[in-house]
Amino acid sequence: MLRFFVLSSLAAFSCFSFGQNLLIKNGIILTVTKGTIPKGDVLIIGGIIKQIGENIPAPEGIKIIDATGKYVIPGIIDSHTHIALIGTNESSEPITPEVKMRDVLNAEDTSIYTALSGGVTMVHTMHGSANPIGGENIVLKMKWGKTSEEMIVHEALRTLKFALGENPKQANVAGMGTLRYPQSRMGVNAIIRRELSKAKNYMEQWDRYLRAKRSKNPPKNLTPPRKDLRMEQLADLLRGKMVARCHSYRADESLEFVSLSKEFGFKVACFEHIPEAFKITKELAAEGIGISIFLDSWAYKVEASEGIAYNAAYCTQKGILVSLNSDGGERIRRLFNDAAKAMKYGGLSEDEALKLVTINPAVQLGVDRIAGSLEVGKQGDIAIFNEHPLSAYTRCDMTIIEGDVYFDRAQYLKEREEMEKKKKEDELKKKGGKK
Amino acid sequence: MRKRAFIFAAIFVLCLSFSLAQEKSPRIIAIKGAKIIPVVGEDIEEGIILIKEGKIDDVGKAVTIPADAQVIEAKGLFAYPGMIDSFSFLGLQEITAVRATVDSSETGRFNPQVRAVEALRPDSMHIPVARANGITAAVVIPTGGLISGQAGLIRLAGWTPDEMVVKNSVAMHIQFPSISRFRGREAQPREETSKQVEELRELLKKARSYQKIKEVAQKNTLLPLPEFDETLEFLIPVVNGQLPVIISVQADNDIKTAIKFAKDEKLRAILFGVTEGWKVAEEIKNSGIPVVFGSLYAMPSKWDDGYDAIYRNPGVLAKAGVKFAFSSSSASLAKDLPYHAAKAAAFGLDRREALKGVTIYPAQIFGVDEMMGSLEKGKKANIVLADGDILELRTNIKHVFIEGKDTKLSSIYEELLEKFKKRY
Repeated sequence: MLRFFVLSSLAAFSCFSFGQNLLIKNGIILTVTKGTIPKGDVLIIGGIIKQIGENIPAPEGIKIIDATGKYVIPGIIDSHTHIALIGTNESSEPITPEVKMRDVLNAEDTSIYTALSGGVTMVHTMHGSANPIGGENIVLKMKWGKTSEEMIVHEALRTLKFALGENPKQANVAGMGTLRYPQSRMGVNAIIRRELSKAKNYMEQWDRYLRAKRSKNPPKNLTPPRKDLRMEQLADLLRGKMVARCHSYRADESLEFVSLSKEFGFKVACFEHIPEAFKITKELAAEGIGISIFLDSWAYKVEASEGIAYNAAYCTQKGILVSLNSDGGERIRRLFNDAAKAMKYGGLSEDEALKLVTINPAVQLGVDRIAGSLEVGKQGDIAIFNEHPLSAYTRCDMTIIEGDVYFDRAQYLKEREEMEKKKKEDELKKKGGKK
Repeated sequence: MRKRAFIFAAIFVLCLSFSLAQEKSPRIIAIKGAKIIPVVGEDIEEGIILIKEGKIDDVGKAVTIPADAQVIEAKGLFAYPGMIDSFSFLGLQEITAVRATVDSSETGRFNPQVRAVEALRPDSMHIPVARANGITAAVVIPTGGLISGQAGLIRLAGWTPDEMVVKNSVAMHIQFPSISRFRGREAQPREETSKQVEELRELLKKARSYQKIKEVAQKNTLLPLPEFDETLEFLIPVVNGQLPVIISVQADNDIKTAIKFAKDEKLRAILFGVTEGWKVAEEIKNSGIPVVFGSLYAMPSKWDDGYDAIYRNPGVLAKAGVKFAFSSSSASLAKDLPYHAAKAAAFGLDRREALKGVTIYPAQIFGVDEMMGSLEKGKKANIVLADGDILELRTNIKHVFIEGKDTKLSSIYEELLEKFKKRY
């Protein structure tokens, strides 16, 4: 039955897949970065937004979506989740930067559909927080029904997961057999320093080798250093080819990590979760480090016990780039609700609140040139809501990626009705058979 | 110098009188000019609510404000009854990963003797957060085992458990055996489930005969008393229909079994969770059993049910005529109670019905609608003044009166923010 439904849903997409050209008519257009158009159109050609404005003439033969009275916003971007993956943590060892989420993508994870149903078009799906140095994360578009290869956003920054505090020190793991080093915040910091020092050494070994090789009189018996995939990844980080995304909760541990980044010269793009960011806004703003947080999920462990709901708004007001994340497959469909809470707790404006789930995560992922707002030249990733997306009563009715409709509530309702009808008929047949 | 001392003294007295004002309410408070949404009855534009001795003395448009009343100008605001969280861990859970701070669950399978209110922590950091969002009462409930214990009703104000408790015991919680795989719970074989249901039936049967023996012994003092049996003792109010039973159950088949169980055993039942209720809406309606929904921050257990099954469930049951209430099923996010109701409204539930699901309906379900759940004369003055719809995410709550007391609306949220604002 499950398979039947999945297949039927997949099949349905080919029916309501409009191709790459699309005209959305008469919606309330919330561009997020360029103001609001009370009654406007968005024209997408070849998956790219070509025009936004009033009364755009429809090119011949183009698919038209009537959005009268509905709210048209940029597709929501989730800066931190773990969906569409077969595995999350390689927790057998504390240091695993060689692990890549790219290798464990699961295009059939129904969470992709769940994400779409909440207007989410793009996610940063990450290695877990079991290790001080985890794996390389990946940015995907929620192209449900496509292959994992087709979902990858190649324009995004390469990011490496780090983790501090209770999770890497295994504070909440009950009944572990042998304890794994590290078991304290001291150890977490020390092990990260150790690995980065090794990486520096490794880079130097290669530099010397290459220098020697290129010299006029290379020494005899010159052998290259041993290639080490783990060190290669860290070298990429130290060379600036990758940025760090660091799971942290406490203010103090986060500052220690900032010190490490300075010591070794790598870029921290973002602290993940960091409920105590409001305690160190000056430092974070000065370093240009963003934060990707929950709006108000808190008190599930000690390091989350001061996670106040003002964090998002207050940090925004202090000049920090803030995004709201789901961390999973459920909250992902109500990130717009979380954004609205930042108006209540801290008084953000509508645009500022929407930015938390659109342009801000886009900047954090390095994809703001292609996504995160409704602007001409960006990709046509769009969510349409029946009411204002910041209202508690709102509902996502359609989600579009590059001009293709990937979620359509009307279509879903139609399918469900047909399925229920079929179910009833089957039951009647069964009853009839018994007689 | 003396001048400065005087100023300090003045400030001190002011602070003192302010804090006393928080504690001791004036004799009569008049809330004037708010749009009143009494929930029961018509809305009143720019009405007046009089509070006297902790109760609503009068409510309406043409109400005379006594000269000695403290008047709260509320023009532009909206007055709602305080919200009731129908399944809550407020005061029972602080930091969920830390066992030392979690008192919501006992070991063992049959624990009718335990009472949630006896573990209540009045200065839990979660209570002021929930209260500041307009929640004034909560059904706090034990979980775990088959019979988890007694749920109590608390008001979200007070310094001691006694000051907070409205009713020690409003329901017995039974976590119904499940044949369905459900949210992390492993599926168990049908026989195991039937066995457990039989065990429950057997226990209730024993409780009935225990009660009978006790009654007979009470009438005839020459007869020997039965041995004291803790489990059976606390099941007596359940089997004689005094104490309602909250039956946690999710899947359609289990719901049907639970309804039959409640009917056979003549229990005053309330169903909790009921995520697949929409599949058996008629059966629930016909049973007359009310429903408390769990958190809507959840995924349907079966893909076939459709992505929005959890969200549309309340609307379907409401349409079928089932009496319902919403719950946070949480401590740290008890404040989100109104948003569960709003989410259901986004997926088919009438908005006014959604509001009733956090006010008058829970009061009726738990048998306290004489004292709370609406803004009506004679009820306890649990009143929320808000600058908008209380189910809306953006709405700010301006006052929360609990039994006439204008409660403090700051929490650890504001305390921590203010503390660290001082850094710069």
